[in-house]
Amino acid sequence: MGMTITEKILADHCGKKEVSPGELIMAKVDLVLANDVTAPIAIKEFEKTGAKDVFDKTKIALVPDHFTPNKDINSAEQAKLVRDFAKKYGIVNYFEIGEMGIEHALLPEKGLVVPGDLVIGADSHTCTYGALGAFATGVGSTDVAACFLTGQAWFKVPESIKFIVYGKRKSFVYGKDIILYIIGKIGVDGALYKAMEFEGEGISELSMDSRFSITNMAIEAGGKSGIIAPDDKTIEFVKTRAKREWKIYYSDKDAKYSEIYEINLSDVEPQVAFPHLPENTKPVSESTNVKIDQVVIGSCTNGRMEDMRITAKILRGKKVAPYVRLIIIPATQEIYKNCIKEGLVDIFIDAGAVVSTPTCGPCLGGHMGILAKGEKAIATTNRNFVGRMGHPESEVYLSNPAVAAASAVLGRIGSPEELGIKESE
Amino acid sequence: MILKGKAWKYGDDINTDLIIPARYLNTSDPLELAKHCMEDEDPDFPKKVSKGDFIVAGKNFGCGSSREHAPISIKATGVSAVIAKSFARIFYRNAFNMGLLILECAEADDISTGDELEVDTEKGLIKNLTKNKSYQIKPIPPFMEELLSAGGLMEYVLKKRES
Ligand code: SF4
Repeated sequence: MGMTITEKILADHCGKKEVSPGELIMAKVDLVLANDVTAPIAIKEFEKTGAKDVFDKTKIALVPDHFTPNKDINSAEQAKLVRDFAKKYGIVNYFEIGEMGIEHALLPEKGLVVPGDLVIGADSHTCTYGALGAFATGVGSTDVAACFLTGQAWFKVPESIKFIVYGKRKSFVYGKDIILYIIGKIGVDGALYKAMEFEGEGISELSMDSRFSITNMAIEAGGKSGIIAPDDKTIEFVKTRAKREWKIYYSDKDAKYSEIYEINLSDVEPQVAFPHLPENTKPVSESTNVKIDQVVIGSCTNGRMEDMRITAKILRGKKVAPYVRLIIIPATQEIYKNCIKEGLVDIFIDAGAVVSTPTCGPCLGGHMGILAKGEKAIATTNRNFVGRMGHPESEVYLSNPAVAAASAVLGRIGSPEELGIKESE
Repeated sequence: MILKGKAWKYGDDINTDLIIPARYLNTSDPLELAKHCMEDEDPDFPKKVSKGDFIVAGKNFGCGSSREHAPISIKATGVSAVIAKSFARIFYRNAFNMGLLILECAEADDISTGDELEVDTEKGLIKNLTKNKSYQIKPIPPFMEELLSAGGLMEYVLKKRES
């Protein structure tokens, strides 16, 4: 019987010819990731075992990104623990703050994840790498600790859901809108335990940056992973970056899916997810009476180069509305540098934004833009849970960068079209 | 195993930010985390809960982040098990990996805060002593049983390596 791309990758990594949904496997991983919040627990668990060495110092990535540059003494202690561990075991892919970026933007950029990989990370948005045609999923710190030791992890082979995306994209609709639209349709547990496979002309037409936004948010539908089969754009992306060989897998024509959804892009406007769940989506045209105090453009969902260029396009020659705070955070040092080179930082600052060094910061209510009681923010991040960006009585709305930037200028949620801006200009 | 305690009932989609807000993630000390367990959903929870009590919830409990701080903080409050209609995937694996008992029960909605429960894990039964009813628990998969009886994933992995 036919297999899905997910089943094929999992089968190859546990040395079997075939696996099927529900089966429990122990599989070899190509990369295991942790950050400054999750690595400390993993490191403590690892050290408790008395192990002398890690399974492979080239296959571990440690990215301090959540509370870095360290926001307080406790977070500095956590980052130090990670740094000391990296030094002690000679972890090759440890990223100090001068070389860092938000983990899920950084690892693909550095070529550390390639098509066909099996990756686990102690961070729920590890599913982002599925845009490269890899199987990648979030786990906990204990899984990572065990993997440091053995290079393996246990998995239940997931069922897959197929999303066929077709039709012509409306203006200012990006990967973010497609995934928000899907989550709005199926709900925050609509893909619980399952692999979400995206295909169709609506996907192949998208840039890699937009595809990363889609797979990034698979977890927001409860998914175990999100995956897009590689094409020419994928190869173009990895060929100058990859540090190792890659392997391309495709789903068989007769592969089995638990559900198949068809998404017609002519139904999809730019989306806004209302508090306090990503499934509370509305088209931007029905969201225009929400006044905002803060706008955050960045994160592992939308802090990539395409997002920065879109933001600059909206902000060029405009000013942020009075009493509104606009915080722009390029996701990696490379993106940050390119923003400077392309003159985008000038546009941002002239518009009245602050531009920060890469960090997760406000996305998880860590630092760099916390909300006070009763405040509202629109953000290009991926979660709008209660208290996610600060006070439990604050509110977060999610959107793409074009809508977020236009909202900063309008002082309320709104679309770039309201400012007279066209996508094609 | 027979467990007895009071139920603390919450709704659907209780996410990891509600269980332990990110502002406390600059430590992994279980007792420190326990002080803030469920804070953004029910600020008094750490004061109210007694050792052996249960958290009971609707669907998709533990959705959101992979932070193990969430099950750690629950375990450190003395809660003996979480009972829910369904669990988010990473929370599910984290709980088993670190030895926190979680039980899927389709009828969890029938339980209210304050109900006295008696859970029999072998029989797969929850008795609601207050309402005089009983509910089925979804059987724990054999591999998860193995993890639990080893005391968690690390212990399991170490045992495997020795043998
Ligand atoms: S940017 Fe936000 S969602 Fe992404 S890894 Fe950082 S905290 Fe998590």
